[in-house]
Amino acid sequence: MTSRPGEVVRFRFDGRDYEGRRGDTLAAALLANGVRRVSTSVQLGQPRGIFSAGGEEPNALVQIETPFPEPMLPATTVEICDGLVATGLPGKGRLADRPDPARYDTVHAHCDVLVVGAGPAGLMAAAEAARGGARVILADERPAPGGSLLGTAEAVDGLPGRRWAAERAAELDGLADVRVLCRTTVFGHYDDNYLVAVERRTNHLGAAAPATTARERIWRIRARRVVHATGAHERFPAFAGNDLPGVMLAGAARTYVNQYGVRPGRRAVVLTTNDTAYPAALDLAAAGIEIAAIVDVRQAPGEEWARRCAERGIDVLTGHVVTAARGAGELSSVVVAPEDGGQARDVPADLLLVSGGWTPVVHLFSQAGGTLRFDEEIGAFVPGDTQARDVRLAVEVAGSARGVPTLSGCLRDGAEAGRRALAAAGFAVPDQAPPPAVEDEPAAAPARHLWLVPAADGDGDDYREHFVDLQRDVTVADVLRATGAGLRSVEHVKRYTTAGTAHDQGRTSGLLTSAITAHALGLDVADLGVTTFRAPYAPVSFAALAGRDRGHLHDPVRVTAMHDWHVARGAPLENVGQWKRPWYYPLDGEDMTAAVLRECRAAREDVAMMDASTLGKIDVIGPDAAELLDRLYTNMMSTLPVGSIRYGVMCRPDGMVFDDGTVIRLAEDHFLATTTTGNAAAVLDWMEEWLQTEWPSLRVHCTSVTEQWATVALVGPRSREVLAGLAPGLDVGNASFPFMTWRDAEVAGIPARVCRISFSGELAYEINVRSWYGLALWEAVNAAGVTPYGTETMHVLRAEKGYPIIGQDTDGTVTPQDLGMAWVVSKKKADFIGKRSFSRADTVRPDRKQLVGLLPEDTGRLLPEGVHLVEPGGTRALGHVTSGYRSAALGRTFALALISGGRERVGERLHAAMGEEMIPVTVTHHVLYDPEGARRDG
Amino acid sequence: MLLIPCPWCGPRDEIEFHYGGQAHVAYPEDPAALSDEEWARYLFFRDNPKGRFAERWSHSAGCRRWFNVVRDTATNEIHAVYRIGEPRPVIA
Amino acid sequence: MTENLPDHPDWLWAAAEPKRSYDVVIVGGGGHGLATAYYLAKNHGITNVAVLERGWLAGGNMARNTTIIRSNYLWDESAGIYEHALKLWEGLEDDLGYPLLFSQRGVLNLAHSLQDVRDSVRRVHANRLNGVDAEWLEPEQVKELCPIVDVSPDVRYPVLGATYQPRAGIAKHDYVAWGFARAAAAYGVDLIENCEVTGLDVRDGRVTGVRTTRGPIAAGKVALCAAGHSSVVAAMAGVALPLQSHPLQALVSELLEPVHPTVVMSNAVHVYVSQAHKGELVMGAGIDAANSYRQRGAFHIIERQMAAALELFPVFARAHVLRTWGGVVDVTPDASPIVGLTPVDDLYVNCGWGTGGFKATPGVGWCYAHTVAHGEPHPLSAPFSLDRFTTGALVDEHGAAAVAH
Repeated sequence: MTSRPGEVVRFRFDGRDYEGRRGDTLAAALLANGVRRVSTSVQLGQPRGIFSAGGEEPNALVQIETPFPEPMLPATTVEICDGLVATGLPGKGRLADRPDPARYDTVHAHCDVLVVGAGPAGLMAAAEAARGGARVILADERPAPGGSLLGTAEAVDGLPGRRWAAERAAELDGLADVRVLCRTTVFGHYDDNYLVAVERRTNHLGAAAPATTARERIWRIRARRVVHATGAHERFPAFAGNDLPGVMLAGAARTYVNQYGVRPGRRAVVLTTNDTAYPAALDLAAAGIEIAAIVDVRQAPGEEWARRCAERGIDVLTGHVVTAARGAGELSSVVVAPEDGGQARDVPADLLLVSGGWTPVVHLFSQAGGTLRFDEEIGAFVPGDTQARDVRLAVEVAGSARGVPTLSGCLRDGAEAGRRALAAAGFAVPDQAPPPAVEDEPAAAPARHLWLVPAADGDGDDYREHFVDLQRDVTVADVLRATGAGLRSVEHVKRYTTAGTAHDQGRTSGLLTSAITAHALGLDVADLGVTTFRAPYAPVSFAALAGRDRGHLHDPVRVTAMHDWHVARGAPLENVGQWKRPWYYPLDGEDMTAAVLRECRAAREDVAMMDASTLGKIDVIGPDAAELLDRLYTNMMSTLPVGSIRYGVMCRPDGMVFDDGTVIRLAEDHFLATTTTGNAAAVLDWMEEWLQTEWPSLRVHCTSVTEQWATVALVGPRSREVLAGLAPGLDVGNASFPFMTWRDAEVAGIPARVCRISFSGELAYEINVRSWYGLALWEAVNAAGVTPYGTETMHVLRAEKGYPIIGQDTDGTVTPQDLGMAWVVSKKKADFIGKRSFSRADTVRPDRKQLVGLLPEDTGRLLPEGVHLVEPGGTRALGHVTSGYRSAALGRTFALALISGGRERVGERLHAAMGEEMIPVTVTHHVLYDPEGARRDG
Repeated sequence: MLLIPCPWCGPRDEIEFHYGGQAHVAYPEDPAALSDEEWARYLFFRDNPKGRFAERWSHSAGCRRWFNVVRDTATNEIHAVYRIGEPRPVIA
Repeated sequence: MTENLPDHPDWLWAAAEPKRSYDVVIVGGGGHGLATAYYLAKNHGITNVAVLERGWLAGGNMARNTTIIRSNYLWDESAGIYEHALKLWEGLEDDLGYPLLFSQRGVLNLAHSLQDVRDSVRRVHANRLNGVDAEWLEPEQVKELCPIVDVSPDVRYPVLGATYQPRAGIAKHDYVAWGFARAAAAYGVDLIENCEVTGLDVRDGRVTGVRTTRGPIAAGKVALCAAGHSSVVAAMAGVALPLQSHPLQALVSELLEPVHPTVVMSNAVHVYVSQAHKGELVMGAGIDAANSYRQRGAFHIIERQMAAALELFPVFARAHVLRTWGGVVDVTPDASPIVGLTPVDDLYVNCGWGTGGFKATPGVGWCYAHTVAHGEPHPLSAPFSLDRFTTGALVDEHGAAAVAH
């Protein structure tokens, strides 16, 4: 077929170079080149050919190598492009060994009517909906609209079907409120008419694809009304040798001839149970393929078709079956016999067209929750009532997707579905337009539903060559083995045999598997049913679904106003929640240990600074603000004077610590609550939930102001002196600016709120400025000779003081009392969140895990966080190390731990169990440094 | 992806919302007066019906308001939306 | 070329007709129900037992999970029952005489933050004290075990290490169910499909039988094993359970040449992935936030799952999702199961396994059978009593997930 018209495209398959034509699928181009064996079957290693002409292909699976490796695509859906390199697959695909350079994207769309499928019914539905003024999206998985018309070449309104469809689609696409999407597979139908589709934008362009165009994009479509015009898949009966290359669905062969101008063979036999194989045979004959015989399992085919075959000299054998397809590696002959057992004959042929009827594509309808019913006429499951049971679907089904057999019927049905959708979406329905004319539509004779051609003597009589699922190599024998083992459910048979689990998810085999199972069990397939249809309708790449949510866009990165400074100073960053925080600031030649010890010494002996901007900050404003905080914190906040600050703890109702932080009273009705970095959003949500759902009468507003402020912690015995230098207008004396108070002041010329609080036990301040002044403040403080420190030093300093980090020293099973913070639990308040839980049996146990300090006997031995403690000689875990550090101030290592009955064990010797090694430690009070608090005031 | 009709913002995708479980579970008037069993019931036990369920949602990526929804947990169909504090509507 | 699946035995089980009464009726023919029936017969000699399944046997969560088996749980109570299960798994193919494709290929639990690292190391040490094999691996060791994991610092949440349980792995869920079903049926247990329980008969505080779509059945004892529907079934006897039911989704890719030799889980990035025997990638997605009994989740959960997967496994980019599905999981407030007695005499409950029930199958079957047979909890399941919610003695497997700094 080198004489085919069209632009030549060069590609490579299984190591050989070929030419095809622009618009060919790989399957069409291979057939045009006489390539019949495309892949190898997964279990049996048998050669397999091209069975279909669409996405339902069970056999011809290929691996794309160039432009970029992609595993397992049906050759029937791959559009060839120059430079394409592909190989046939032995059942398994291969992933690339390098990152995918392509981009993927997502589109959100809303419409009144989404029409799935741009075949005759879909085009008419979309046209009617658009005519009534609805916003319409029409999506089709193929490169061009037309659906079945592409393959059948039937005429509509006097035009070749393909042209009629292209013109209708172009008209629609020209309308402002209509979008026509080709190469777009709608693969999921979810609740409330949320549908997802994947659009393939660049594959067919090969190397010519613009680098800026997303390769694939996911459409997330919310539709008021959906019309499923998803068509039907041709099916096949099980007979011996039905997997040989050369066996092909009749409709597919017709498509290769009509759409691609490709002859899939030279001499064909046709096996059919219905009339639709006749026009296929006639089209093939017209294209120069010899039709050796039409084997019709019925006694009476449609009269007009029989007449036309006779006219063309095509032999029609009614009441016959194909008992076997034969050949070494590909089809060479077909065994034809009368069904009632007459003489069989071997008919030489390189092509066997099969048609076992048409199965509506009900995947999306079923996904949407629609129920199915068995239609005896077409021998398949069709959509049931869309208003069945208590699921009311905003869905119409049109055309062959609901079993409409004729083109004229599909056109009419599509128009009606479009009008129903229009009305349901609330539009006025315009007057009916005359339906497009279809001229040649001979009356059809009833189909017969034949699932299994019994084995003839010597030809597959063990049913191991009667294939049911071609891709999974499942045969009738396998199904019989499953039922023979006692299985009664199609779901069990599927799992036992693996039928329907392959790449095609049983599109051509699902119903056949059920039918064979029903046959074996003596049941009716209508009662047995089919396995569940699940998304995606067609395979979708991981990358398309991931879209842009990868790398730095995987989760937002939050940084403070001083971030660039930290990075410029070479600070490694720690992920804390979504924030990037400086971990420590190594000087030249310093490792982490040295840097942290130096930073700690600066804070304890001199003056140091930390970026504390990431702490959550929530403005709590309103006449009842104090009341709200009293209910949420374990301690009393209403008694806090304006100008003062109090540390507080929040528990869940179960009494377990949820968060902690300081609360600042800015005015009688205005508090600022700080939270841990990772919990800021959760605490705000917590406040809102209680406020709105439990205590709506409280007059309070909560607002996150985390991003509005930048905070510099200034820490160390010299911090007062540094602050005084930076804020000459601020009286920094201990009496005039005492611990746990705040002052407004100008610091380094910047309006600031200075809080005298300490998370290190040292004299310390937190200087808060509007975030856009953050870097200026930071640089000004640093210029005063202050040592910057990161999160690690912060952790060491607070641990030396026994201050817990929520989420590190607690894990959701720890009460304030466990942390040695009974003092933060109010005894005066009648109630607060968590209070009632403190008196439950388990929360009053004396052997609860309590926060203690640990001193390793080897003062240089660092206890790894997470290591467990046991009694000497024991193996029962008493608890674990939550924090372990080297302390510059203590001149040794130390740790915090949660230990069963810990406070009673102070002074006890325990072992930290490091596998076989036991590290002796002594239990101490959890406050190891300056327990008197003498350093707080400088 | 449910389409949830926020009483303030209109219908929006489920991803804009935060789920809050069963509605109409009031914080006990006087927790101290409850037995451990009664307190446990408040803490941990929530209805879990297969069928219509009055539940709380917060439009966390929108107006940040909490509201109630009656949804059928067998079908995900939403039957009613109403504001906090309003009684559960009677649905035919 | 392809690892062929082993042959099944020629005979599995016969569909039984319900009798009028049984010593024990097990409600729910999933993995747990079948294992319970098997161990009731094998360990306790109780064979006048019916397993009632409303659909097809093992068609609920047993057919829908991602088949990960491990025992590296934090708390002693959890490690106890899951390690008991793992030890049973290690002899189960022989015990049941059925190929289960049990593959001890190890499980990696990745850590992505310093707190993850602390929590992971804590779990490793806890595991070792409990006799559970566990190791802490640095990122380069993770790379050695599973070369396709991206351990570079470019990832949004870089891999800072992982815990590794070498004895952990996967098995073929259907085969496990069928293995138990076949063995239980061989002891004379009646496996009754398409038999939905519509009511529980309770008289004077004692359960006496069940009502079903196939008629009433009297029972000496009733053992609930109806994951996904536990609340609904328990409510038939007036028993309230602290459960919420949510959809949980999973998915598979096409068959691929081997790339992934172990099992990788990441709580922080929400990825669970292994490559099954045939070659498909099997991945667990997240749980839907809202309660629902629809065995299908929302699609954005799948999209997030794919984004997370590509963060850790960039080579998956052009793999394809072939099929997604959902099950309904019953989640407790502390993410640990409820196994044991109920306020109704002779009515037992096994529920609340959340996302983790498959791996416990033999272990819980063993302990639950003991509980039903003796009328008192097995020591390994005793901590998972219903009354822990009153005392506050939770087994809080959420605990380690607390995030804050």
